[in-house]
Amino acid sequence: MKYKDYYGVMGVDRKASAEEIKQAYRKLARKYHPDVSKEPGAEEKFKEVGEAYETLKDPEKRAAYDQLGSHRPGQDFRPPPGWERHFGSGTFSFEDLDLGDLFAGMGGGMHRDGRAGAGIRMPGQDYEVTAHITLEDAYRGTEVDLELGVPELDENGFVHRVRRAFKARIPKGATDGQRLRLPGRGGKGLNGGRDGDLYLNVALHPHRLFRVSGHDLFLDLPLAPWEAVLGTTVQVPTLAGTVSLKVPPGTHAGQQLRLAGRGLPKPHAGEGDLFAIVQIAVPSVASERERALYQELAEVSTFNPRGHFAQEGAK
Amino acid sequence: MKSEQWLHAHYEVSFEELCELSGLSQAELRELVASGVLVPTDPAAQEWSFSADRLTMARSARRLRRDFDLDPGAVALVTALLERIRDLEAEIRDLRARLPGAMR
Repeated sequence: MKYKDYYGVMGVDRKASAEEIKQAYRKLARKYHPDVSKEPGAEEKFKEVGEAYETLKDPEKRAAYDQLGSHRPGQDFRPPPGWERHFGSGTFSFEDLDLGDLFAGMGGGMHRDGRAGAGIRMPGQDYEVTAHITLEDAYRGTEVDLELGVPELDENGFVHRVRRAFKARIPKGATDGQRLRLPGRGGKGLNGGRDGDLYLNVALHPHRLFRVSGHDLFLDLPLAPWEAVLGTTVQVPTLAGTVSLKVPPGTHAGQQLRLAGRGLPKPHAGEGDLFAIVQIAVPSVASERERALYQELAEVSTFNPRGHFAQEGAK
Repeated sequence: MKSEQWLHAHYEVSFEELCELSGLSQAELRELVASGVLVPTDPAAQEWSFSADRLTMARSARRLRRDFDLDPGAVALVTALLERIRDLEAEIRDLRARLPGAMR
């Protein structure tokens, strides 16, 4: 069995009082709770903290933990002889048991969500996982392979954490931050309780060209100055392939040209739009001839883009 | 087996479903409704139902209550503030998407 340093995880002394342990937990939970934290790796860290606290806050579990002595985290060790008495009768091998799972099971409970007393109906555990998909996948719908560490009971009633692979279908219509509930795909219910659900949180990878807001897409559309002035028809990429977009004469930088229905499909009906945001692109190097033409234009044109500035001064 | 269910405004869940799926008690859910954090699609209706995306919020409320040992009033307050943060984040995301790449 691998040692876990619960005192180290919580940053408290081995002699810390129950109150000190509680304080330390509150502080760490505020920092790492996945519902409130933006820290990278917060979820994993919070799991460690939660596991440590579950054991240290319970005097009985803490005493059993203390009997294990102190080892390096991750070090393989054997509990002192007779130690397994804490976990009721029955013999078992410590080889592939997880310390946290062992303590979670102590006292007949199987999970800190609830107690699995004999014969009591208990719903299965819900799983929650984030699926990172590409914008193209969201557009077409996709199937994702997920791997999840889930607790499972062995024949002695001990919890083991096992890696389980899932396949889940994400129908078209997903967008960033949207959630799907897959009923019955979570942990098995006990004693006739319903099976848990799998909650899928959809996260989109950033796209090279498109930015996403809800089901709308935004694309930068660079135009040459003369294209913006004279108007033109340009080819723009969409998720369904290239389409023609008419740019009217006198188009301004920042203007949003809407391509209706070219965004992400919505899950029930309809689809979002694609907005091409105009930018005026200027060549960084101009040829002699180009410079001459611009020079001529500058002399001929009466256009003043800063007419709305103060009457005098600005030009 | 039922197929997947989108958790967004197009679908609704009943009060009982929300209760069962979130793990919150009926009293706790009523507290969230009474404090205005959780709004039924039709508050005057005999039987409340909710937009399916509220399940995400209710599940988060349940985790916060459990992991921070919060009383119902605190759950409502924390949840309301988290919702505001999420709304603001959504607005920032939307504004960022509208900003030309060169300006971000």
